[in-house]
Amino acid sequence: MTQTRVAGPPAVADERIEHVAPLRRLLVRPEAGSLLGAVLIFAFFFVMADSFRKPESLANVLYFSSTIGIMAVAVALLMIGGEFDLSAGVAVTTASLVAAMLAYQFTLNVWVGALVSLVVALAIGFLNGYLVVRTGIPSFLITLGTFLMLQGLNLAVTKLLTGAVATDDISDMAGFGSAKRIFASEWDIGRVSVKITVLWWIVTVVFATWLLMRTRVGNWIFAAGGNADSARAVGVPVTRVKIGLFMGVAFLAWFTGMHLLFSFNTVQSGEGVGKEFLYIIAAVIGGVLLTGGYGTAVGSAIGALIFGMTYSGIILAGWNPDWFKFFLGIMLLLATVMNAWVRNYAARR
Amino acid sequence: MIQHQRAVRVAALVAALLLATTGCSGTGGKKAEQAAGRLGAGVADTPRMKVAMVTHAPAGDTFWDLIRKGAQAAADKDNVELRYSAAEQAGDQANLVEQALAEGVDGIALTLAKPDAMKAAVAKAEAAGVPVVAFNAGLDNWKDLGVLEYFGQDESLAGRTAGQRLASEGAKKVLCVIHEQGHVALEARCAGVKQGMPGGSVENLNVTGTDMPSVRSAITGKLTQDPGIDRVITLGAPFALAAVRSVKDAGGRAGVVTFDTNKALVAAVKSGDVRWAIDQQPYLQGYLAVDSLWLYKSNGNVLGGGQTVLTGPSFIDRENIAKISKFAIQGTR
Repeated sequence: MTQTRVAGPPAVADERIEHVAPLRRLLVRPEAGSLLGAVLIFAFFFVMADSFRKPESLANVLYFSSTIGIMAVAVALLMIGGEFDLSAGVAVTTASLVAAMLAYQFTLNVWVGALVSLVVALAIGFLNGYLVVRTGIPSFLITLGTFLMLQGLNLAVTKLLTGAVATDDISDMAGFGSAKRIFASEWDIGRVSVKITVLWWIVTVVFATWLLMRTRVGNWIFAAGGNADSARAVGVPVTRVKIGLFMGVAFLAWFTGMHLLFSFNTVQSGEGVGKEFLYIIAAVIGGVLLTGGYGTAVGSAIGALIFGMTYSGIILAGWNPDWFKFFLGIMLLLATVMNAWVRNYAARR
Repeated sequence: MIQHQRAVRVAALVAALLLATTGCSGTGGKKAEQAAGRLGAGVADTPRMKVAMVTHAPAGDTFWDLIRKGAQAAADKDNVELRYSAAEQAGDQANLVEQALAEGVDGIALTLAKPDAMKAAVAKAEAAGVPVVAFNAGLDNWKDLGVLEYFGQDESLAGRTAGQRLASEGAKKVLCVIHEQGHVALEARCAGVKQGMPGGSVENLNVTGTDMPSVRSAITGKLTQDPGIDRVITLGAPFALAAVRSVKDAGGRAGVVTFDTNKALVAAVKSGDVRWAIDQQPYLQGYLAVDSLWLYKSNGNVLGGGQTVLTGPSFIDRENIAKISKFAIQGTR
């Protein structure tokens, strides 16, 4: 350490500590393309739709984005870990159905229903993960199975217990008020109604980012998704990581389910089908690779925001509603193309 | 270690006891629900017959559940074995009808959401001498197909009735929320509303019916975009309840009205959150479909004498809600 530097061969700069221009450093980040896409879509609707500029519209966009975004964080982590969960959409409905029916049928405090529902949700997540790592069958197929099973269970058990296809209204039961404050409260700031899910969304994103970037578990997730066998060879507990990721999805599915229940008081058993794709779409738009091992939690949030802005923006622009899905598709396609383009551009430079 | 395990066990027991004693809700829940008396009235002594009901209902829909309950009530009363099946795709629905024929049923009750696709199956039933009645969907086509009777609501008439009432209440700008894009009956309702209020304007909004937060958010968005909207009309009860929240979110003054009812909606009409609902009496549709087949089989009667039997539209509002809410709590309205 006391050695003095003498003129040696010209120092070859190590590429890992090479100076990188700030712009490029930003552009090579996984969520860069989606960030640019989000800014463009925001600007587009800001110009096109008068009502998009109102603060209450922004609150509405954030609310809708948060109901997708909370789940998208867990789904993004799972995808970085190299797996899919197609049962995520209906698992949300399952969680709220279990809580509502248990509380109602046994006339229990709704918190008891919520806690039992948490246990059930985590068990489903564990089952998904366990089956995937034990059988080695792609998670796409395993969770397609649980997706269909849950869809059937949601309807059949609801019908069996309540004699109807929706749960009974639990808003007059003990504990509802306090649960609503946690899962579904809203504040009026002037004319703008802000929902608590937006706050929980931010908390989830921050926590997931910390987990991915600052902890050993984060490294394990990237390793397990990048190449499970090599990861296992260097001592990463791949099995535990993957099961944990599925349970993470299950936990946030439970949370989203509680929001659904406590903000709408009843739940229809057929809800949630198709939402699993929105979560995956949000993660992918946000730069998570379908092949695993690459992506960020912030990206999934930007992806959810793009979806939310487009969804509300089309309505706020007052375009013909018959074309709604078409416009939605175009916007999402543009966002993804932008994403790919930025990634290629940054990689070439 | 053993001590530790025992401690865990004791803790679990205490927690369970605490939950059992303090975990109960003093309000609401099953205990508060009135012991629902079934609409039972003995059983007919006619020979047992088998009826197939084949609908285009999506699984888990509160409206269709009422139809099925009505059908079951009639079946119990008439000594009928009811075989219920449903498929959303018209081709699948036609297959189900043929399956029922192969099984040797004594009568078929079906919906004609897509009449053309059902034509062949209905003709087959006719050839086999199995009576067919239609309900809920197919008002304009049931006679052409040679179906015996029809029970339902004229959707565009129902829309017009709703539109006229909106106009008489002084509504100028109405938002019609379609929860299943491209559904013929739903489009007919919104078109009817438009015809019913020639003085005002009616705008449609397509939403995803299986995703409540997006329904809520879409209606909020529309109300923010156009604050002039003074009424929101939804085409199903759960969406009316979401619309009530949207109106509050948008800080608007728009009133919410709806087609069709369920238990929660009846409570909302009672509290005034939803002003009124158009009722097409789904329970009655299911009931009549089965009962009419029994009448035809056991006495040759034809309900409606070859004409449509209308089960709606009628209004449920503050005036008559008290009478209806009793049945809604039972889950039959």
